[in-house]
Amino acid sequence: MKRLLENEKVLATALLAPGVTILVVFIAYPFLMALWFSLTSISVGDPGEFVGLDNFQRALEDTIFQTAFKNTVFYTFWATIFKLALGMWLALLLNRHFRFKRVVRASMLLPFIVPTVLSAWAWRWMFDPTFSVMNWSLFHLGLIEDRLPFLSSGDWAMWCAVVVNTWRGMPFFAITLLAGLQTISTELQEAAALDGANAWHRFWHVTWPLLLPVTLVVVVFSIIQTFSDFQLIYVLTGGGPANSTHLIATYAYQVGVNSGLLGEGAALSLFMFPVLFAVVWVQLRYLKRMDVR
Amino acid sequence: MLIERKWKKWVFFYVPMAFFIVFTLFPFYWMAVTAFRPDSELYHTWRQPNATPFWTLDPTLEHLHGLLRTTAFPNWLWNTMLIAIVSTVISLICGMFAGYALARLKFRGSEFLGTGIFITYLVPQTLLFIPLADIVRGMQLGNTPWALILTYPTFLIPFCTWLLMGYFKTIPKELEECARIDGATRFGAMVRIIFPVAVPGILSAGIFAFTLSWNEFIYALIFMSSAELKTVPVGVISELVRGDIFFWGQLMMGALLGSIPVAIVYSFFVEYYVTGLTGSVKG
Repeated sequence: MKRLLENEKVLATALLAPGVTILVVFIAYPFLMALWFSLTSISVGDPGEFVGLDNFQRALEDTIFQTAFKNTVFYTFWATIFKLALGMWLALLLNRHFRFKRVVRASMLLPFIVPTVLSAWAWRWMFDPTFSVMNWSLFHLGLIEDRLPFLSSGDWAMWCAVVVNTWRGMPFFAITLLAGLQTISTELQEAAALDGANAWHRFWHVTWPLLLPVTLVVVVFSIIQTFSDFQLIYVLTGGGPANSTHLIATYAYQVGVNSGLLGEGAALSLFMFPVLFAVVWVQLRYLKRMDVR
Repeated sequence: MLIERKWKKWVFFYVPMAFFIVFTLFPFYWMAVTAFRPDSELYHTWRQPNATPFWTLDPTLEHLHGLLRTTAFPNWLWNTMLIAIVSTVISLICGMFAGYALARLKFRGSEFLGTGIFITYLVPQTLLFIPLADIVRGMQLGNTPWALILTYPTFLIPFCTWLLMGYFKTIPKELEECARIDGATRFGAMVRIIFPVAVPGILSAGIFAFTLSWNEFIYALIFMSSAELKTVPVGVISELVRGDIFFWGQLMMGALLGSIPVAIVYSFFVEYYVTGLTGSVKG
């Protein structure tokens, strides 16, 4: 036994076995099952039969799914842009010296630490149609005449979801970009300043290009998380009003779990796959290039 | 240093910083105020004048009592903690072993496996929940803590492996070689020499994994059905919203109490957490 473990190949197999087993049983196998489910009419308590691409066909013709897909793209696009812009801004601010810096930096990460479902409830309470603190403040400041329909109108609700997602994800961008900023020597900034570059030029021509690799990785991670998001919409709107705010994941949950149509639900969630695959592919290619360098 | 005028510092630093602080922390503040505000004050509509809108003059514990009386909240907290700790420990052990193998051992397919593990890292839970529910049911694990203890590592192991692999690569090989010359086995050298040196990396991975599993929602929502077996995020949603009635005071109290433990753990290990966070994307 001891002798065997001296062999690198045997030891490697033994060390990798537990982790790889869990990943195969609970990721690779369910993935294959999802592919199979999506081609059948399986539902809870009924094994169903092979139906080819019917589930996908039906999804494409389903107007709720079309809305959900558009919402997912909209949500991912805007939330990622805001997270990047605000996260970058916050990182630049946190990169300066000021009093209580450590406390401020630590507290900025709170939205990312606290369970999303729980903090999303706080937001839902702030968006409440009758008791919204924001409507109250705006009304008493004289800025609005009538209440704003935060979650009661589909369009508003999608923007609210973008705001909450930005709020939650911004710290991740800020802290990761801050770590990147700290590796950039201040001498470069000073040299550029001596050459007469103003703050914007210093950022655009010095900091931004140097941060680009980190930024790309963070954006890829964020796109994957946002595109596949479930919790936030589930809490904020539950897909309503009138199914106007579903994301792919929440709609797949509604069909696959609430209605028990496992085959259709699996097909719906597989619509996320091509997009995620493309993003991961970019990431992998990029990583390979980094290794070569 | 670049010299800056005073007004410029206000415009470009203090004002934006204040905006970020308010934006980030106000929801938590509001959660806390609501949790301690009596119902009579809570339900003031947006048009009504309110003497103390942003704080409360007679804080109450009625929502805490209500929460403890009507729900199994202590159980939820205990379940969340237990599941988070056990799945973190499992993932750390698997991640340490796999990370070491990928960082140090030469074997065929090591690159392929490394890439494979990285890809599983990027697979979101929402892609797999439907078949996974079927598998969990098939293994008779539904509605037991094991359903979550065994599935949470699917998103924790890839991350732990990836982070620790990076960490192990920074440890000089000579350290191990010395121990081996002194007669230690490969496995012994790994456990007694490399792992102790890697404690900061292990701690980072562990803290990050703990917060991730505390945060998990969709698996807990689907796999657990008994009220007393739920985790905090799921329990709050399914037991405190009855029909159309939202118990806002209790909801916010539950959200607050469900956030505090993870915030405390985080506050003790901020630096490790940040290392884990930034390491999680670098690899």
